[in-house]
Amino acid sequence: MSVGIIMLVHTAFDRAEQVARHWAASGCPIVIHADKSVPAKTYNAFVKSLSDLPDVRFCKRHRCEWGTWGLVAATQSAAQIMLDEFKDVRHVYLASGSCLPLRPVQELIDYLAERPQTDFIESATTADVPWTIGGLDHERFTLRFPFSWRKNKYLFDRYVALQRRLRFKRRIPNGIVPHMGSQWWCLTRQTLSAILSDPERPIYDRYFRHVWIPDESYFQTLARQYSLQIESRSLTLSKFDYQGKPHIFYDDHLQLLRRSDCFVARKIWPFANRLYDAFLTDSATAMKQTEPNPGKIDRIFAKAVDRRTRGRPGLYMQSRFPVEGRENGLTCAQYSVFEGFADLFENFEPWLARATGTRVHGHLFAPERAEFSDGQTVMNGALSDSAALRDYNPRAFFASLIWNTRGERQCFQMGPRDHIKNIEWDIAKDPNAQISVITGAWAVPLFKSNQNFGDIRQEAARLQQIESKHLEVLRSPWAKARIRIWTMAEFIEAPMEPLQTIIDEIGQQNMRGLSEVPRMADLNGFGQFLQNLKNQGMHPYLMGDFPVAHGPHEPQQNKPKPYLVQ
Amino acid sequence: MNPLQSYRMRLKRKRAKLRAWRSHYSLKQVADRTDRIGPGDILLFSTFRDEYVRLPYFLKYYRDLGVSHFLMVDNDSDDGGREYLADQPDVSIWTTKASYKRARFGVDWLNWLQGKYGHGHWTLVVDPDEFFVYPFCDTRPIRALTDWLDVSQLRSFGAMLLDMYPKGRIDAVPYRPGQNPIEITSWFDPGNYMIAKNNDFGNLWIQGGPRARVFFRDTPKKAPALNKIPLVKWDRRYAYVSSTHMLLPRGLNQTYDTLGGEKASGVLLHAKFLDTFAAKAEEELARNQHYAASIEYKAYYDNLRDNPELWCKWSEKYINWRQLEILGLMSKGNWA
Repeated sequence: MSVGIIMLVHTAFDRAEQVARHWAASGCPIVIHADKSVPAKTYNAFVKSLSDLPDVRFCKRHRCEWGTWGLVAATQSAAQIMLDEFKDVRHVYLASGSCLPLRPVQELIDYLAERPQTDFIESATTADVPWTIGGLDHERFTLRFPFSWRKNKYLFDRYVALQRRLRFKRRIPNGIVPHMGSQWWCLTRQTLSAILSDPERPIYDRYFRHVWIPDESYFQTLARQYSLQIESRSLTLSKFDYQGKPHIFYDDHLQLLRRSDCFVARKIWPFANRLYDAFLTDSATAMKQTEPNPGKIDRIFAKAVDRRTRGRPGLYMQSRFPVEGRENGLTCAQYSVFEGFADLFENFEPWLARATGTRVHGHLFAPERAEFSDGQTVMNGALSDSAALRDYNPRAFFASLIWNTRGERQCFQMGPRDHIKNIEWDIAKDPNAQISVITGAWAVPLFKSNQNFGDIRQEAARLQQIESKHLEVLRSPWAKARIRIWTMAEFIEAPMEPLQTIIDEIGQQNMRGLSEVPRMADLNGFGQFLQNLKNQGMHPYLMGDFPVAHGPHEPQQNKPKPYLVQ
Repeated sequence: MNPLQSYRMRLKRKRAKLRAWRSHYSLKQVADRTDRIGPGDILLFSTFRDEYVRLPYFLKYYRDLGVSHFLMVDNDSDDGGREYLADQPDVSIWTTKASYKRARFGVDWLNWLQGKYGHGHWTLVVDPDEFFVYPFCDTRPIRALTDWLDVSQLRSFGAMLLDMYPKGRIDAVPYRPGQNPIEITSWFDPGNYMIAKNNDFGNLWIQGGPRARVFFRDTPKKAPALNKIPLVKWDRRYAYVSSTHMLLPRGLNQTYDTLGGEKASGVLLHAKFLDTFAAKAEEELARNQHYAASIEYKAYYDNLRDNPELWCKWSEKYINWRQLEILGLMSKGNWA
């Protein structure tokens, strides 16, 4: 008993010849189908090159366009010849010219000899498969497809839409249940001959002729009618990408293919010399008797599809530039934005760095320069602190900063003095952002400054206006960041609780509570300062209510609440 | 895009083809071996001027990748580079004394040659200081890439320009002919690039890198463009519009994904900053034949006189394409 090979060939005839000889060397009879569109000269040369092999036949040629009936017709013709001419063939293996046997052919023969009744054909109902391309699953079997998907995509789509509108449905003959699966199968003589000599075959053929991609469903459906035992998997390792075209194997896949223990792989790049040399010459590898295990290859190709369809979140580069709403993550990692904290606390930045172990920057969007941590002028990724470069494309600047420092959480200060107009929306909409705001704290540096009061008043009015606009952004329904807002008066009532919450959420370390408290600026006279602003006709309201005189609630410096001390 | 816009693009393309046709009168053939071009060959097109020192390694690099034929335009070199190339068995070469600037920085010449010899071939357009790196370039020849692009029904492949520079002064290490320039200029900026979309042509406009960081930190708008589409399955109707930054028809510029995925892309390692650079900058400044009144060279020259160091603490040393892919400068896309 032996295994017969059907080869469907349309290009790379030198490789096809090589593989045919390899099969033949182990005593497998071969029936070859060559695409009708192959020029006669090439075809004749190919036939001639194999003329010295006794058990090679060539069958009637059909035109094989992707997704059409030609491929099924070709397989039928070849299978008929195989069954008629080689009586001792028990299993028929369907392969293509770009298939490559990975294990010694004898191992395949033995494997099949141990399973004489088993048909290896991937066959699943349409409801259960995820790999339908173009959104057509069951409709493959109920609509008509007279237009080529590749050449006439527009007409193809329009005609499908029209049939849906008219609720047109083809009847599926004899109540068969459509199944789909890999085109590459291995069937027993019993099953295959039953399919080919079925008296109903003209009906099935007529029906499947107008099904879309019948080569993935004809044998897969009909085998269910006759098979004694179906093993629903393909013995050919063949992976498809998200557009439904097969992944190709190259020289650098050699080790992966070796370890896959699959019998046959598809599709091999015709110039992958190392693969052809390795797998077609060394038949001396030890008999392993193992089941195929393509897990690693599966993972690599699944990752490739994922990269192509979803990409790396937070990365903007030459071949990934998502439109708004399709970013799949605006940035690649979580980060924290503090507004007003550095104004209210004198040593906020070093304190935060110590308390959380994160990287703490100053005002990244300051008008003069990007204040990177530790006064650096260049940061990870060779990002420059130049304000002109940053403001030229603030979004790129910021996405790069977060991307370049992945693995280390970033914190930075922001405030109404900064150039935030072109970046505030991006940050507010980013679920990776944790934004904490003490409103009105920008008044503290003004309060401490040594400027003329007229200038202070003007500046206060400007900053208040910017911040109130900014708060509108943060409070808009589109804001997706984790946002907390306190007025300054509210915050200094009990500063440690909100701080503890923020720091717990950053969640780097220090679960036992804060051992050290940042030093708050001296606010003696701040209430009077605000009153002076009011007296000048400006209305500072973002700070909340500050009494003119000092109340008993004035914060005590350096005296942490006892329960916060470790 | 409305019909009027697309008609305007069509006119632009026709104009580029017309310019290409007109410019071919200024090209004089030096060595013609185009009869050796076979069907399916991968062709390289390039212009150069006084680059003899770079040519031996340039040829070797691209021959190793599997380029079958080089079609070169010499812009009035007098350093022997033209004669050297004319002796190479896989090079066809033309020479011209015409203005580089008036030929839109060489684009017209190459558009003409590509239209004439490149139809139906995969064509690679690079300068002698640009080295094409694509996914798996250490194990797969360029033919593997173009075959895959064919199967994927893609007609163009993007490769961003990545400026390479040495550690220390640019003129510290002399470059010898035949040497791999990346041995000297082995550093690059890993993550300071800015991207915007060009809505007229549909391509991305990328700026940044060491040139923006050092030379254009106060005038970023003038920083040179780094986006390039050097590898195209050429059709005689196609035309490069501005260097290899963008093409017409517009569909060819769509080398990036807009729905969150990553398309496959490569990188052009740009070994411009060798010791030969300072002399070149001086000469180019005098000739005034480069983009925007040689503003680039002016900026370089002013800066380079004072502090010719591009290297910084966060520069990254080049290892291989996988490093670039991890950094997010290029992508394998769905090629595995």
